[in-house]
Amino acid sequence: MTDSTLTPEANDTSAKAPAPSRSLYALDDLTKKRNAAEKRFQAYGIAAILIGLLFLVVLAYSIISKGIPAFTRTVVQVEFTITQEQFDAAEKELFKTKAYERFFIGALQGQFEESGLNVPFDAKAIERIVGKTGGTIREYFRANPDKLGEPVAFELAASSRVDGYMNGRVTRETMTDSRFLQASDLDIVDALVETEVIKTVFNWNFITGADSGVDNPGGAGIGASVIGSFFMMLVVLFLSLPIGVAASIYLEEFAPQNRFTDLIEVNISNLAAVPSIVFGILGLAVFIQFMHLPQSAPLVGGLVLTLMTLPTIIISTRASLKAVPPSIRDAALGVGASKMQATFHHVLPLAMPGILTGTIIGLAQALGETAPLLLIGMVGFVARGYPDGFIAGFTEPNSAMPAQIYTWAARADFAFYEKAWGGIIVLLVFLLSMNILAIILRRRFERRW
Amino acid sequence: MNEMPNIEQATAMTESKISADKVQVYYGDNHAIKDVDIEIQPRSVTAFIGPSGCGKSTFLRTINRMNDTIEFCRVEGSIRIDGEDIYDPKVDPVQLRAKVGMVFQKPNPFPKSIYDNIAYGPRIHGLARNKSELDDIVSSSLQKAGLWDEVKDRLDEPGTGMSGGQQQRLCIARAIAVSPEVILMDEPCSALDPIATAKVEELIDELRENYTIVIVTHSMQQAARVSQRTAFFHLGVLVEEGPTDNIFTNPKDKRTQDYITGRFG
Repeated sequence: MTDSTLTPEANDTSAKAPAPSRSLYALDDLTKKRNAAEKRFQAYGIAAILIGLLFLVVLAYSIISKGIPAFTRTVVQVEFTITQEQFDAAEKELFKTKAYERFFIGALQGQFEESGLNVPFDAKAIERIVGKTGGTIREYFRANPDKLGEPVAFELAASSRVDGYMNGRVTRETMTDSRFLQASDLDIVDALVETEVIKTVFNWNFITGADSGVDNPGGAGIGASVIGSFFMMLVVLFLSLPIGVAASIYLEEFAPQNRFTDLIEVNISNLAAVPSIVFGILGLAVFIQFMHLPQSAPLVGGLVLTLMTLPTIIISTRASLKAVPPSIRDAALGVGASKMQATFHHVLPLAMPGILTGTIIGLAQALGETAPLLLIGMVGFVARGYPDGFIAGFTEPNSAMPAQIYTWAARADFAFYEKAWGGIIVLLVFLLSMNILAIILRRRFERRW
Repeated sequence: MNEMPNIEQATAMTESKISADKVQVYYGDNHAIKDVDIEIQPRSVTAFIGPSGCGKSTFLRTINRMNDTIEFCRVEGSIRIDGEDIYDPKVDPVQLRAKVGMVFQKPNPFPKSIYDNIAYGPRIHGLARNKSELDDIVSSSLQKAGLWDEVKDRLDEPGTGMSGGQQQRLCIARAIAVSPEVILMDEPCSALDPIATAKVEELIDELRENYTIVIVTHSMQQAARVSQRTAFFHLGVLVEEGPTDNIFTNPKDKRTQDYITGRFG
């Protein structure tokens, strides 16, 4: 059989060894097809990953490029002195803030003359650039009367159009004259930049401050809503983790398998798929209207998000409990451990990394959730500032990061749009640090085994 | 092997350690064990043999009520250990399992250190009052399991990092550590190579002095090597039970003969 299939060449090269009837060097059609399929599949995989990466890069680029301006702000720095007499005289006037504005404009003019610049400007133009400054100045001196007679450096936020001009959003070509800003004002701005009266500084207020009114995008900060989100996450973590883990341990390890537990199981899976706005309206009806918990409070937000997170945590915890080999339970029971000891001493620690992973996913979902917060009054709310004290953090009205971002994005002034992107950067940083913390925790648990 | 008859005589005289009377086991509607009566002698090795699915492991697991963990499993009849019915409502299965230890088919050490593997049982049963007593229990258990010399310098290494045979002996040491009276072994050597098997068999033979051992095995040679008495199960029925030599050389039942001569199973 073999001899008959030998080719003359094969005979020449291998004089003694009989040539194989099926050479391993020649790939048959089936093998070629199989290898081609494998190569194709790998190409698909690489393409999928590249597309994913591309989207990620585009997303990261657009977020960062649009969000970065939110972290800088344009300020007008002017130093001047108001004497006691000037203060008294101003307090006697009918339009008191106007008087203070005159001081400001006078000081500005002084600064101009000092640096030898000659740009015509009027009070109206200054108002368009820095807003009505008199109120701020008056407030400052009323609060600190001891500063009268001393030179005081004022750092006032420039208007959002000027801010836009500084970071390239508003240009001479694109702008149209309006009561907010006129082309001639830009000459003044240029001159002020030259004299270093107008500067771009890092906007700490954006990170630490609270939301501002709709007419003051420069003063808006995300700090208060970061705190709101933080307190909500505390509520979610401390309610959903123990409740979720306890429920899953009971269902997985102790509960009898019958129709009732089957029903519960199906319902938990269903709950995980319920749209979050449904939880929102449930929270509104139960927590606010029935239980009379404070509206807009992180406590209520946290409770609603807990309801939303529970199914996620229960499902992932049950999956990780299931993944613990039954031989471990047998081993523990075999040496006379009770079911509870077996579960808590052996099964739970082994399932811990999986439980933590589920919890991270659940918390991350909850952190980014906006819809339920719409219904319990955490959206559109202008946070007045930080809660005073730990308890107040739960009960005082506050916003949350995604709700704050939504609010800003919905506002008319384009400067708020920038803030929304900036807010997303802060949200992502918060999320990232939360996940890193969780990964570190998970590592620690894994290392024990 | 020459002294076998002596042991038989000795064990026949003493009262049996475990006595099962008309034991039935049901898995839902499936009648897995039918009418099993057996007397198991103290301080001896009893082997359960039989083809796969014959119910020998199921019956073994009724002796320490491990079947309780299977929800739809039901046991009828009585199993007495030292005259006490272990299925009495007064009996706590956890307490029972401290008295009747178990070694499983696949070595299943806890993913913890060797020390903690042994110390876990004594800890939960409060067998040691302090650290030095616990150390003593750990070292003596490992010594009894013939593992001490191999692991004494690495007690803090994970038990899962040892070889299969060592892991199984660790599991035996773990079972011994809670000072049980009976040790049940469910095919303890089926996942081990011949050398590890020989070591475990040797160990079983030594443990016979202090413990009542019931071993389920697929290997008839193993049953012949380690046991004093052998019980042959087939289709949920205890076909024949008697001194190991008799079962292998002079079986009374046709089915036993067919099985040990390799005609089925």
